[in-house]
Amino acid sequence: MPGFGIKAQEKLLAAKVLVVGAGALGCSSIQYLAGAGVGTIGIVDSDLISESNLHRQLLYYPTDIGKKKTSIAAKRIKLQNEQIVVDEYPFAFNRKNALELIGAYDLVIDATDNFQTKYLINDATAILAKPMIFGAVTRYEGQLSVFNVGFQDLPANNYRQLFPIQPKEGETGSCEQMGVLGVLPGIIGTMQAAEAIKLITGIGEPLVGRLYNYHLLQGKGYELCIQTKQTMPAMSISEFMALVDEVDFNCENGIDAGNDIEKVDEMEDVEEINVAKFQTLRKHPDVFVLDVRESHEYPSINFSDLQIPMSELMSKITALPDKEICVICHQGIRSVYAAQQIQLQRGLKVYSLKGGLTAYFNQEPS
Amino acid sequence: MELLFFGSLTDITQVEKMSMDTIIDTDSLKELLIIKYPGFQKAKYFIAINQQMVHQNTALKQDDIVALMPPFSGG
Repeated sequence: MPGFGIKAQEKLLAAKVLVVGAGALGCSSIQYLAGAGVGTIGIVDSDLISESNLHRQLLYYPTDIGKKKTSIAAKRIKLQNEQIVVDEYPFAFNRKNALELIGAYDLVIDATDNFQTKYLINDATAILAKPMIFGAVTRYEGQLSVFNVGFQDLPANNYRQLFPIQPKEGETGSCEQMGVLGVLPGIIGTMQAAEAIKLITGIGEPLVGRLYNYHLLQGKGYELCIQTKQTMPAMSISEFMALVDEVDFNCENGIDAGNDIEKVDEMEDVEEINVAKFQTLRKHPDVFVLDVRESHEYPSINFSDLQIPMSELMSKITALPDKEICVICHQGIRSVYAAQQIQLQRGLKVYSLKGGLTAYFNQEPS
Repeated sequence: MELLFFGSLTDITQVEKMSMDTIIDTDSLKELLIIKYPGFQKAKYFIAINQQMVHQNTALKQDDIVALMPPFSGG
């Protein structure tokens, strides 16, 4: 085949691909990666096979119900290609193991079915500068893109550039809730495998800087250029690590439970407030809202009194008024450090919005 | 001006396409959609004008095709 010879095949054999999620997207991408001769395939999934999976997760048969997805997927693709190495990880992909798992592979296929893991893969692959092949489906539509890698003059993007605020889980519905036509994740997963093969072998143009939306009923693709002048950073390593031991504030329990509880972190001596309290405080004339995000971060907001990027805070700390101050940032992590510094340097009463703008924008509209 | 709705946004609008008189800019469009369809208050999506994603408020023209793209999480 022109442009695809022994060298390309050798590159595939040397490649290590991590597939996070062995559901419908995972089943189809894994099969084509194995068929293409990708030398090492890692599969992460804690799930057991259930009957409702069978119509769209074609690596599994009715006799496999109740068995681990990782071990059955590994067994089936080894039958298909016995030369490949399959690493099985029969546990959940989480913030504690993300960097270590991804670090051992060349690229990651996002075959997950929830926002929490998609954002986690995005941030971890961005930190490690590893390509992420993003895929997602709902009912009759699928999305596909390649993140964290540039191509020719196109710089790398990440998922936060499209959707800076991580949606609440269940906000747009999972396949189990919304339904999906089984063949759709088969198509998108196969396209993810194709993007992986292109990146590994260096053939063609990867889907960098573009979001491809496939509409199955219309039989149409719609492509969007996601390259903008302003680039949104993924989470920094310090923010990522700070969240390791945090309860996830985006899950239902995180935001809704404890709305009336003010959590005070004794170590930091900074009062972290929830969105409801922030909403009350920010309307008070004696309270000053300080945004410590960098100037290129979005979404832009109209309820802060001043924006001083964290990187400039120390030199501008005297510019803050003698008021109570609410510090906000994207995730509520930088704002704790900023609040601590302001408290220390200026002796003012300072609050930090817990969960940051992510929590704010996931609050029910009042 | 033509609006295109994707994914779960079509649950709010019940249509995938809509023609509209020109609106001055994308911020005004977002406000108008919330008035017309309260479901947009909570909806997360990005806007693309003629297939180019925009995050800042951007002026709109008569012949623009404006796509509203939500995130999908299924897999």
